[in-house]
Amino acid sequence: MPRLKTLEDLKKLREDAQGELKVRLETGTKIVVGMGTCGIAAGARETMHAILAELEKREIEAHVTTVGCIGMCIREPLVDIEQAGKPRITYGNVKPDMVPRLIEEHLIKGNVVQEWVVGRLPTSP
Amino acid sequence: MRELSLHILDTLENSLEAGATRLELVIDEDSKHDLLRIRVSDNGRGMDTEMTRRVLDPFFTTRTTRHVGLGLPLFAAAAERCNGRLHIQSQPGVGTTVIAEFQHSHMDRSPLGDLPKTLMAVLLSERPVDLYYRHTVNGESFELDTAAIRRELGDVPISHPRIRSWLSEAIKEGLADIQESAT
Ligand SMILES: Nc1ncnc2c1ncn2[C@@H]1O[C@H](COP(=O)(O)OP(=O)(O)OP(=O)(O)O)[C@@H](O)[C@H]1O
Ligand code: FES
Ligand SMILES: [Mg+2]
Repeated sequence: MPRLKTLEDLKKLREDAQGELKVRLETGTKIVVGMGTCGIAAGARETMHAILAELEKREIEAHVTTVGCIGMCIREPLVDIEQAGKPRITYGNVKPDMVPRLIEEHLIKGNVVQEWVVGRLPTSP
Repeated sequence: MRELSLHILDTLENSLEAGATRLELVIDEDSKHDLLRIRVSDNGRGMDTEMTRRVLDPFFTTRTTRHVGLGLPLFAAAAERCNGRLHIQSQPGVGTTVIAEFQHSHMDRSPLGDLPKTLMAVLLSERPVDLYYRHTVNGESFELDTAAIRRELGDVPISHPRIRSWLSEAIKEGLADIQESAT
């Protein structure tokens, strides 16, 4: 029976990953994608995938997670970006083809893409 | 939804919403009996008999952000279009099982679609959850249990950039293997 790639791989990965872990959790960028029914129907899974692919391509290390419904159906797919010390920004109707610009502007240049913003929260404590 | 894997994602999200910490996704493709069977089980809060019955009614939902629930009625409609059906078994405090059956070769059956993407969307959930996944194509199986992976990883989360790309590759390869050996 074909099984999952060796757990040996994982041991090695774990060692590599462990060292950098602390730093990232403290200073890192957090991206959250909504995965409620409307989000899924509007393409949130593909948007999440586009984000992972873009981050990998540009070798940016960010923490990407998904959440259930956040109650803004018509704005799905919703993507939240939070960086230490900055307000949390929520972008709406984020389609995969918008992702490269979003990553470029927000993460690399540090500019909020105003026209796509649907909400913002002050810096978390 | 264009892919069954999107319905699967939606069903798994229901489980997460119900507070599940352990999910099971078992897919069986059987050409001989011309059957596709998808089972999603969870250890979430479950539903009583009355609610289990009503859940396939699109005008029933416990969500407060919107007045109709769509997830399960849509999944049921997709199965019924293909000579199949959707069953739900649930017990309060124990968990829920959703089974969708399809005639595998039915013309109206949507493709399973991108399962690795669906699994990753679940595994990257903010809620810590373990997933057991088994996919069988004509007797050839691929199996994944994130509890075992987590044990191996210790304090490194599955959402770590290196781990998540390794995992998504591993799933893709595993599925390609069974498709190949099954044909
Ligand atoms: N796995 C589960 N465990 C416990 N309760 C569930 C589960 N799946 C569904 N339910 C209950 O059934 C209801 C209907 O589910 P359904 O997916 O059809 O719609 P919804 O989740 O309410 O809304 P939508 O999926 O359209 O966003 C849910 O609100 C929830 O109360
Ligand atoms: S997914 Fe639509 S309001 Fe939540
Ligand atoms: Mg639902």
